[in-house]
Amino acid sequence: MAEFLINSAGLPEWLAWTITAVVAAVLILNVIAGGALVFIWAERKIAARIQDRLGPTRTGGRFGWLQSLADGIKLLAKEDLMPEGADGMLFRLAPYVSFCASFCAFIALPFAFDFVGQRLNVGVFFVVAVLGLEVFGVILAGYASASKWSLFGAMREAAQVVSYEVPLGMCVVVPVMLAGSMDLVTIAEKQAGWFTNWYLFHDPFTFVIFWVYVTCAVASVNRAPFDLAEAESELVAGFHTEYSGLRWSYFFMAEYGSMFLVSALAAVLFMGGWNGPIPVAKLLGLSAGTGDTAGYFVRLLGMANLLGKATLGVLVMMWVRWTLPRLRIDQVMTTCLKYCTPLAAAMFAGVMVWQLALPGGIVRGLSRPAGEVREGWLEGPGGKAASRPAADAAQKVAEVAR
Amino acid sequence: MSGILATFGAVTLPLAALNWHSFFFVLFAAVACACAIAVVLADNVVRMALYLVLSLGATAGLFFLAGAEFVGAMQLMIYVGGTLVLLVFGVMLTAQAPFVSIKTTTGDRVLAGVVGAALLAVLLQSAFSVPAWRQPAAGTVAAPAATPVGMALLGVRVDEPAAGSPQGAVRSGYLLPFEIVSVHLLVVLVGAAYLARAKKRKTPRAIEVAASVEPPASVAEHAAVGRGAGRATSVLSGGRS
Repeated sequence: MAEFLINSAGLPEWLAWTITAVVAAVLILNVIAGGALVFIWAERKIAARIQDRLGPTRTGGRFGWLQSLADGIKLLAKEDLMPEGADGMLFRLAPYVSFCASFCAFIALPFAFDFVGQRLNVGVFFVVAVLGLEVFGVILAGYASASKWSLFGAMREAAQVVSYEVPLGMCVVVPVMLAGSMDLVTIAEKQAGWFTNWYLFHDPFTFVIFWVYVTCAVASVNRAPFDLAEAESELVAGFHTEYSGLRWSYFFMAEYGSMFLVSALAAVLFMGGWNGPIPVAKLLGLSAGTGDTAGYFVRLLGMANLLGKATLGVLVMMWVRWTLPRLRIDQVMTTCLKYCTPLAAAMFAGVMVWQLALPGGIVRGLSRPAGEVREGWLEGPGGKAASRPAADAAQKVAEVAR
Repeated sequence: MSGILATFGAVTLPLAALNWHSFFFVLFAAVACACAIAVVLADNVVRMALYLVLSLGATAGLFFLAGAEFVGAMQLMIYVGGTLVLLVFGVMLTAQAPFVSIKTTTGDRVLAGVVGAALLAVLLQSAFSVPAWRQPAAGTVAAPAATPVGMALLGVRVDEPAAGSPQGAVRSGYLLPFEIVSVHLLVVLVGAAYLARAKKRKTPRAIEVAASVEPPASVAEHAAVGRGAGRATSVLSGGRS
């Protein structure tokens, strides 16, 4: 887009880049904020249906679909309270820290072939690293509130999130290993085609590790049955007990943003990203790579695919929330350390062995030569010769050194 | 339309002339330095942690600016995550009233200033003594990728051949240091688990007797720390609903 602004509209370079950045930021912000509006309404309706109630029915017509907007207006109008003993600066800052972490992770998330804020070659790693920062805002909020409920909630959240990052990281490594790249765009592109190409169906181990990922993702975004940090039956509201109004709603936007993010990440890593179960575009002979209108529509279709999968993930999380009871802290830790981590490690080893024996997955694996090396890292026999891109890079470095 | 835009561009020419790379470098570097100083000057452990995270985050920003995305993400993952754990323990140990505000004595400040200044002098001297770093970089290098790093950790250096070696031979990578570090970390983990596990109280009677008799100052202090730790643990164990 920046190139287009510079070449066609004749804008100076700095202005073009600034406009591009602002457009990307506003779009991502709208994904989070708009998503939160829809998901809060959906959560109410789903909770109500599961509990045999109706949920919101009147605000804005038949299904109460304006309920979240009404909530938003109410929150805007609410008084912004702060407890007397609170640490003012940290108390005010904490919601923004949480929200910014959630927002920053979206920067590297691709929505379609080239619909991505900033394509990073370590995209997966960046998303996981930044997502871990969200808990920092929660700890700040818990500490700064000068309330024991808040501090208890924050400490629980810290212990939980730090523990669950270990199995989560192991689950995320598996698609990276299969694709041979940490670039989210590349990982999704490798799963193009029919749904049998998805890493979810690559082999039995990836199928199991997907469910480990789901468990860890739910725990890391602090949703029920792992919502000990809020635990309204024992801690009032946990870390956001003392918050009201707009600051409180920032925490909620961060939570729904993170839910959407881990779902989208699951879609990209395991469920083909923007590649639908049936390659409609490919069957029609269209390609996302072309710059014309058809290519643009293919990308829009891909984005609809990804958003659909991510929304499905969020809905499943809601379903789980209103179905399972909350775990105790020792059960949470047992789930992480005794089940998720060993399971993830075993599946990781299994995928490795499978990849050596049957590269290419269940369906296509049998038709491929064994021991095929991807990306051409080591071209010569026995790893003697360096790969061509690396050799080129080394040559460039040598030239620069001269 | 494009005429107006071109005029707009011409009017704001000074902005276009600015080197944006340098601008962002100075911005991130200033944030990192200011927050690092704030860590030293703050007297509350949570505020210190906040400034530390901001400082480390700005450093990660510098890495991203230099195109070293892997190192930047690593910085976020390891240091910021490490700060979180540090913060949790810090809050556990200092949530009691006497530690909420940690004041540094003047002597400590002077000592820290001398040590810091000495370190800064050594670092500056060594940084400016490398001739290659004083010249502006010529040309551009290829965008760094994480693959050579990973391959080097596995024992294969694909990035540069050894000087004077026959063509095609690769230098040995970092497999041995990597394994040594991981064994070292494992030892640390086992040690931490040993220290942290619940100890069997062999002579409960003796402790009770010591507590009932008027305790000397050091014992009282020890007991206070023990109580504090007990309270902090109860935060984690939580209520059973």
